[in-house]
Amino acid sequence: MAQIKDPAEAPPTRPPPWNDPRIRAIVFQVLVSAGAVALAAYLVRNLMHNLEMRGISTGFGFLSNRAGFAINQALIPYSEESSTYGRTFVVGLLNTLLVSGLGIVFSTILGFIIGVARLSRNWLVAKLALAYIEIFRNLPLLVQILFWYFAVFLNLPAPSEALHIGDSVFLTLRGLYLPRPEAQAGFGWTVSALVAAIVASVVLAHWSRHRQERTGKPFPAYLGSLVLLAGVPLAAFVLTGRPLLWVKPELAGFNFVGGIAVIPELAALLLSLSIYTAAFIAETVRAGILSVSHGQTEAAYALGLRPSWALRLVIVPQAMRVTIPPLTSQYLNLTKNSSLATAIGYPDLVSLFAGTTLNQTGQAVEVMSMTMAVYLVISLVISMFMNWFNARMALVER
Amino acid sequence: MRTAITAVSMVAFAIAAGSAHAGATFEAVKKKGFVQCGVNTGLPGFSVADEKGVWKGIDVDVCRAIAAAVFGDASKVKFTPLTAKERFTALQSGEVDVLSRNTTWTLNRDGGLGIVFTGITYIDGQGFLVKKKLGVKSALKLDGATVCVGSGTTTELNLADYFTLHKMKFKAVVYDTSDETEKAFAAGRCDVLTSDQSQLYALRIKLADPDSAVVLPEVISKEPLGPALRQGDQEWFNVVRWTLFAMLNAEELGVSSENVDQMKGSTNPDIKRLLGVEVIKHGLGVPDDWAYKIVKQVGNYGEIFERNVGSGSPLKIGRGLNALWTKGGLQYAPPIR
Repeated sequence: MAQIKDPAEAPPTRPPPWNDPRIRAIVFQVLVSAGAVALAAYLVRNLMHNLEMRGISTGFGFLSNRAGFAINQALIPYSEESSTYGRTFVVGLLNTLLVSGLGIVFSTILGFIIGVARLSRNWLVAKLALAYIEIFRNLPLLVQILFWYFAVFLNLPAPSEALHIGDSVFLTLRGLYLPRPEAQAGFGWTVSALVAAIVASVVLAHWSRHRQERTGKPFPAYLGSLVLLAGVPLAAFVLTGRPLLWVKPELAGFNFVGGIAVIPELAALLLSLSIYTAAFIAETVRAGILSVSHGQTEAAYALGLRPSWALRLVIVPQAMRVTIPPLTSQYLNLTKNSSLATAIGYPDLVSLFAGTTLNQTGQAVEVMSMTMAVYLVISLVISMFMNWFNARMALVER
Repeated sequence: MRTAITAVSMVAFAIAAGSAHAGATFEAVKKKGFVQCGVNTGLPGFSVADEKGVWKGIDVDVCRAIAAAVFGDASKVKFTPLTAKERFTALQSGEVDVLSRNTTWTLNRDGGLGIVFTGITYIDGQGFLVKKKLGVKSALKLDGATVCVGSGTTTELNLADYFTLHKMKFKAVVYDTSDETEKAFAAGRCDVLTSDQSQLYALRIKLADPDSAVVLPEVISKEPLGPALRQGDQEWFNVVRWTLFAMLNAEELGVSSENVDQMKGSTNPDIKRLLGVEVIKHGLGVPDDWAYKIVKQVGNYGEIFERNVGSGSPLKIGRGLNALWTKGGLQYAPPIR
């Protein structure tokens, strides 16, 4: 009996490797990767060679050398007598993070208010919001920064004629001076009370959610948390005899000393960044709210939800998923735009480290690489956080 | 923008194949037919563009003199205005052939930045400008003051050193350009503006009311300003160095742009050698009448000094240390022979 091979059972004839699509794909990927690595290696080697040929110092050893110049605003202890270039990097980085962080908070708050106002049924409010958006969105940011700094803040009165509230808050062109709280013995109790209140409000939130899921009865958890957070530390503070000393700024010689000083460079940069970015955020928020169809609102009302509940439970969660991704871009823009600080002498990373430090050391390659790496990392962290937040806020489809 | 410049320079470093061989800059300059010169963005007396866009100042005239020496034509020069922060990167990366931008000659810059200074065009020192109404007569009375200062300069370091040495506190506000520094000082952001004294005089006349500010007597540092080049091109170095020497020798010998043609007939052997009437083996790679062209088209050192910062200018700075060694100053050039 002639055996007839079933063609389906025959082992598939493998094509020769140079014709196998899988093998070819791998080979090409390896080749391209190797090419990219070789190019990078060539560029780096060439760079090192050229730098050496020109007698330019290389390496990161300079980071431990003494910097020896003064910095206008340092969030960590810094002295021109002993601090290193490495420390100027950290000081600049913190100043960048400070202005970006505050800018993100302020621009978000302002942007949400303006965005909602833009949709207001009140004609005046809506048009004012429209005017705000169109003006601040369409003027170059650098122009706005220079305007706020040179035309507004530097026209404030000199320290001797400072605007003041009582004898504790002073506003001058050198900055805003506020009393500085100084913790006395026993202030630890207030701090402990605050920590306890935070823990308690988390527990409260959990409990109220569970109770509502079980019984359907809502509990005013937000209000309760607020009372806890404000009341408990305050009570501890008063009971321990108010162990906080306010150091008031005083005019001594050329300047105010003591107290907290907010330098006008920070104020101008923060204000212009917040105002500028808020205009974009407002449009994003408006787009988000408009993306929720009106039927959703009507359905919520039909279920008997109060308007504020309808907004919080139905409209905002759906608007968020449209709002968050573009919001991420705005936060990234704000952070990167903060490097315009260099125009008005705010000591951010670019002005301080990629400016003064670069110039004193002359090591452009190292300094610029570090600076670029930092912006990349900050941006990626913001992105990651916002992606996580977006995933949390996304609608869970059933 | 300056970040962009730095970034581009870095890329240029990475891509530029091979190495700078001797004479590379000089060859490139001769080939392209002009000198690319890095100057200050705006500092009266040193380098500033007037209302017609013509650059003027000592630093600018040094560039013109180099062009006159190389091409016999002082106009074959192009200017790149640079801030203090941009200047070294621009020079290192080859964006400019020479940096003539009131730049202080220091060991660290000669040694660590891959650049080399060719001489001293202006002997300066750091000082303080204060508002008259403060009533401060000495820099030692500046404890607690806010000081405006230009970024990326030796000034920043001297300032910190001086205050630390005298156990005084201060706040520094750092700006990129001298225009911003001056504006902030005028607005009252700081009590004191510190910079090289020549710059203080220049900034003072920019104020709405120059008499409202006064330069304090203290000079807290040595600031020898001069042109800088990339290392590794000895021929180019010689040309730039001897351009300045020729101007100094011309002044010393009494040769000026007005009398240089008569002086060609002089019997003084020093003058004959300077003007190329008696040809000496100079090996600079430029025409033999290079010094004649410099003096004829740009002038001798005294002329450019008086024209830009001295009696012929609004700055009215005296020669002081910048007088020739024969007149009690420090300016001295090796002989041309």
